[in-house]
Amino acid sequence: MPSDTSALNTALSLILGFDPALMEIVALSLRVSLAAVLMAAVVGLPLGAALALWRFPGHGALVVALNALMGLPPVVAGLCVYLLLSRAGPLGELGLLFTPTAMIVAQLVLVLPIIAALARQQVEELHLEYREQLTSLGLSRLRMIPTLLWDARLGLVTVILAGFGRASAEVGAVMIVGGNIDGVTRMMTTAIVLETSKGNLALALGLGIVLLGLVALVNAIAYVVGETARRRLG
Amino acid sequence: MNDMATRLMTDTSTLSLEGVTFTHRGQRLLGPLDLCLTGCKRTLVMGPNGAGKSLMMRLAHGLLAPTRGDVRWEGRAPRQAMVFQRPVLLKRSVLANLVYALAVNGTPRCRRKARAREALERFGLGSLERRPARVLSGGEQQRLALARAWLLEPEVLFLDEPTSALDPAAILAVERAVQEFHVGGTRILMSSHDLHQARRLADEVLFLNAGRLIEHTDAATFFTAPASCEARAFIRGELVL
Repeated sequence: MPSDTSALNTALSLILGFDPALMEIVALSLRVSLAAVLMAAVVGLPLGAALALWRFPGHGALVVALNALMGLPPVVAGLCVYLLLSRAGPLGELGLLFTPTAMIVAQLVLVLPIIAALARQQVEELHLEYREQLTSLGLSRLRMIPTLLWDARLGLVTVILAGFGRASAEVGAVMIVGGNIDGVTRMMTTAIVLETSKGNLALALGLGIVLLGLVALVNAIAYVVGETARRRLG
Repeated sequence: MNDMATRLMTDTSTLSLEGVTFTHRGQRLLGPLDLCLTGCKRTLVMGPNGAGKSLMMRLAHGLLAPTRGDVRWEGRAPRQAMVFQRPVLLKRSVLANLVYALAVNGTPRCRRKARAREALERFGLGSLERRPARVLSGGEQQRLALARAWLLEPEVLFLDEPTSALDPAAILAVERAVQEFHVGGTRILMSSHDLHQARRLADEVLFLNAGRLIEHTDAATFFTAPASCEARAFIRGELVL
């Protein structure tokens, strides 16, 4: 069992020493998670808004399914993507298994339901307030989507952060589809699992502290941006 | 003859409601309503709370579809705008709220800001253009909503109890704005339960009670010699139930 100080020291020396292996892992983790969140936002925000604005047969079932998928276990998502991308799978030709792209796809599957489901909720609330005015201005529902997304932007930042939290914290999906290959698909979380199983607890804990710090940093930036906007907009 | 008079004379859009009924969860809230509105008048929709004033205005403006019956504009449907009891402003600056309406309206991008500033000056909001619209006072918000409506150059303006939450100074500003719209040739359809306001503004009155149209007369007749006992009681200030 490592003492707290040795883990902290390890973390500090890893960061301050700009350990190249660590930097590579951090860079890959950020790249994969940010790419997955970005894509999930581009697809999920309009999708959530559309679900808030249109009613059609099966709408309720779709909303329930989306909400349920927020709790999709990462290993299950990983397994599904694995089956899709494995050599014998339908997309096996692409040769994407055990690449960062596969990890982005797996995280996208995890993050998309969160962003779409929470965005639907936020947009639905705002739509209740705006509906009559926007209809009076002559907007079609399609044209309401960008307006509502923009006006819900403060809440949607939190939604995107929730997605980022899910992506950066999960280990099961990227482990299965990425394979934790040193220098290719090793991420913060998979490295922590590996170091822990090797008994390298100080290093594992050190990596954990670095990961926490990164997530805190991203959230802090979002908070400052959000607060500034909130103060400006009242 | 000036422009205004020409517009008054050429304004021919007529709104007719035929057998309009609005039912919600099996309960009839309005109608059946038969009504024909012509000319460029200021029509005040009056009646106690729950009489169906707001509902009638929303049906006429097209925000709601009637359960039965028809809402029709004879000829071309005119440009319309609506000002609500509680103004709905976007979470943007005062100027951006107006620019948005112009964008929706199809005004070329290069002309939007200048037009928006013109409207702000006109409604006495010139110094507030950078302020977030949502932190304005109630009166300022309603003036901004009127400025937004003004930019849309409506031929028909609906106002749903626009002054019911405002102080006297703000009410005066709104009434002046309504007057300006009217002088500019816009048909006014405004609901209110304030008798004094109705006396100040109305050319004609629609009196509703319990979802039915009780009277549709010119203002002078309505205030001096109302035909129905409900309207007489309403004018005397008795509680109409």
